[in-house]
Amino acid sequence: MTEQEAAERKPRKSVAFSEGTTIVDSDGQVTESKETNGGKPSAESHSTVPLADKHTSNVELTCEVTGDDKDVEEVTEMFADLAKKKKKKSSKKKEGEEGEDAAEGDFAALKKKKKSSKKKVEDDFEAKLAAAGGDAAEEEAPAAEEEEVQEGDMMKGTGIWSHENTTPIKYDMLLNRFFTLLHSQHPDLAGNSVKSYKIPPPQCLREGNKKTIFANIAEICKRMKRTDEHVTQFLFAELGTSGSVDGSRRLVIKGRFQQKQIENVLRRYIVEYVSCKTCRSPDTDLSKGENRLSFVTCNSCGSRRSVQAIKTGFSAQIGKRRRMIKT
Amino acid sequence: MSTDIQNLKSFDPFAEAEDAGAEVKVGNQQNYIHIRIQQRNGRKTLTTVQGLPKKFDQKKILKVIKKQFACNGTVVADTEMGEVIQLQGDQRKDVQDFLTNKKDGLGLDVKSIKVHGF
Repeated sequence: MTEQEAAERKPRKSVAFSEGTTIVDSDGQVTESKETNGGKPSAESHSTVPLADKHTSNVELTCEVTGDDKDVEEVTEMFADLAKKKKKKSSKKKEGEEGEDAAEGDFAALKKKKKSSKKKVEDDFEAKLAAAGGDAAEEEAPAAEEEEVQEGDMMKGTGIWSHENTTPIKYDMLLNRFFTLLHSQHPDLAGNSVKSYKIPPPQCLREGNKKTIFANIAEICKRMKRTDEHVTQFLFAELGTSGSVDGSRRLVIKGRFQQKQIENVLRRYIVEYVSCKTCRSPDTDLSKGENRLSFVTCNSCGSRRSVQAIKTGFSAQIGKRRRMIKT
Repeated sequence: MSTDIQNLKSFDPFAEAEDAGAEVKVGNQQNYIHIRIQQRNGRKTLTTVQGLPKKFDQKKILKVIKKQFACNGTVVADTEMGEVIQLQGDQRKDVQDFLTNKKDGLGLDVKSIKVHGF
């Protein structure tokens, strides 16, 4: 859809640019554009309308804008691509978020959002890459009053990419090359292969009416490489309650908690005490350093940061006041 | 020249620095305002707000909060934590909004507030 659309719109655009070439560079923007627009606004707007019928809403929007306001036209057209891209990106991001919402139950979706957005950016970029050859040549080059189209095989080092060539290369192209090389040389750095950190979902059972059993805490702690005590302490501090460990190393928490709530707390625990702030790797160790400070040491990037000790804080007196604590 | 130096000396930079350092440390440690929730019997819950800056009068804040959130509450004087506002029900979101609201709240920094609980 968009490809086709781009293909159809490009000639018109390039025409518009070839006549009003200096629009970007010169500061007499308005006058120039009016000159160029004197002859052909109606034709242009007419041509856009049937096109617009076929297209998606955001494309329509840009088309309408171009048809409506001639003064703005050039600017919008300059940024039409940009705007489109942005919109595309945002919509994709929304999708990603929805996806995550759907996968909310899946506890593995800890850092999914960030990753997905990054991925989207890259996807977008790749989509742009595909179109970049023609796009950049047709739009950018005339706009900047460059006579020749920037071409050449970046891998083989021909055209503009040749060693002797001294013409400044467009940022887009350079970025393009960077990502292509990154993809080919270090695919793991390109961000696609960042694994989401998966830990088994907490199993919550209800014991009686007022207690919750957190059944697989041992498994989760093993997975996170943290001691049961630390996690338990954190859970109790966050939930503002107390509890105990039963015979089969399950945690009994006072109060009613649902799996989702425990998940939230665990997620916070991971963010605070497990994941490395530098490289976001969950492969870390928690160690007690000198003078009562705890440190999280990352095993993949080697960074070390101090973490706060778990503090319970104020907890209100709940239930019957059998005996006064004050002596 | 010498008078200048004497003037500076009257300032006594070391003592001042020490004091300031201590204050900053305390400030850093208790910089956060903790909003916690505790479960009571049944569906009832309790919200506690700990670590509000000293410059605010807790009683007055409580008065406003009680009116605004339509809940009861008290100021509890804890030996370690100082004065803690205790509210009935899950008021975490409300309290956070109230504390950060610039117009008719306290206008505190969002980063200085930590919301605990599930």
